[in-house]
Amino acid sequence: MKLMKRLMAGTVAGVLLATLYVSATRAADAPAPAPAAGVNTFNRLMKPKSERNPPPMQDGIHDPSNEGTGLLQPPKEAFKELPEISSGNYVDWVQALGKQLIKPRYDRKNPNEEPVVLDLDIVREVKGTMPDVVYPHDRHTMWLDCSNCHPDIFIPEKGKNQISMAMILMGQKCGVCHGKVAFPVAECRKCHSKKKDGSGGGKPAAQAEPAKKPAK
Amino acid sequence: MKRTGRGFWRLMMALALALSLGMDAAMAEYADVVLNSQAEAQGVRPVIYPHWFHRIRFRCKVCHNELGFQMKVGANNIDMNKILDGKFCGMCHNGDVAWGTEFCDRCHSGLPGLKTGIRGGSKSTGPGEY
Repeated sequence: MKLMKRLMAGTVAGVLLATLYVSATRAADAPAPAPAAGVNTFNRLMKPKSERNPPPMQDGIHDPSNEGTGLLQPPKEAFKELPEISSGNYVDWVQALGKQLIKPRYDRKNPNEEPVVLDLDIVREVKGTMPDVVYPHDRHTMWLDCSNCHPDIFIPEKGKNQISMAMILMGQKCGVCHGKVAFPVAECRKCHSKKKDGSGGGKPAAQAEPAKKPAK
Repeated sequence: MKRTGRGFWRLMMALALALSLGMDAAMAEYADVVLNSQAEAQGVRPVIYPHWFHRIRFRCKVCHNELGFQMKVGANNIDMNKILDGKFCGMCHNGDVAWGTEFCDRCHSGLPGLKTGIRGGSKSTGPGEY
């Protein structure tokens, strides 16, 4: 009886070992998967330039069977002359406005009303190794009214606003606009623009508006 | 054989659907807003609001201050009555500053079933948000 049991256990172990061996050799013999053609072109997060700003008929949210859709202006047509950046609408809106390539009204009806521009830079020292943040009031007041941000989003007092990238990514503080309408957070250096050793110019790289920068 | 064939096609359909949904989010123009809290329930297509088109013509302040649009999707309870009364979109879309409300299909141009929200942002299409 004991002998039988031993024999059985032996055969079972043998069969197991054999299958293991076979599968191992098979795996080794199998040809390595062929590298996919054009590996670098396949990246769903990095669309080629030709696929950016699709026309309404192809953008995946407009209904192509709707009559009015065909009448809508394709973004590319409007963006042709405008300076480029690498994210968002792929349009540098601040520069476009500064160079007067677009002339958006500041008033609903009066095309001649001029914005009240506040030329005041706020420097925020950041904890990590990233350059400090320079917040330019002038670029923002070109587009917005004071009351769009103060006091609901930002308390207009030094040291009263706690801001973190996590909050921005969650759509709070700067993230109310940046990441939704204004340039997204992928453009790190547009905000983090002042080097810690003090050698940085302070102004973000865009040099958008014509002249009149404050003496630092 | 037939059974496995059907299963295969179901899988392919599911994959195609997942792919098309993913592409939806990725392809819309940055900052396009879908407004569908009431549109489809009332029997019209959802509204697509293109931020890019409007910011070429108006500064943010005009709508987000003068016209009273809150800077948060879903925070503005807009319906056609308010627009016809000259509020929200109706401040300009009245045949005076911009074309009027008789051209329904220029705004109500979204694919049926779209959810209210802002599109084309820096979100990935994967399971994580960024």
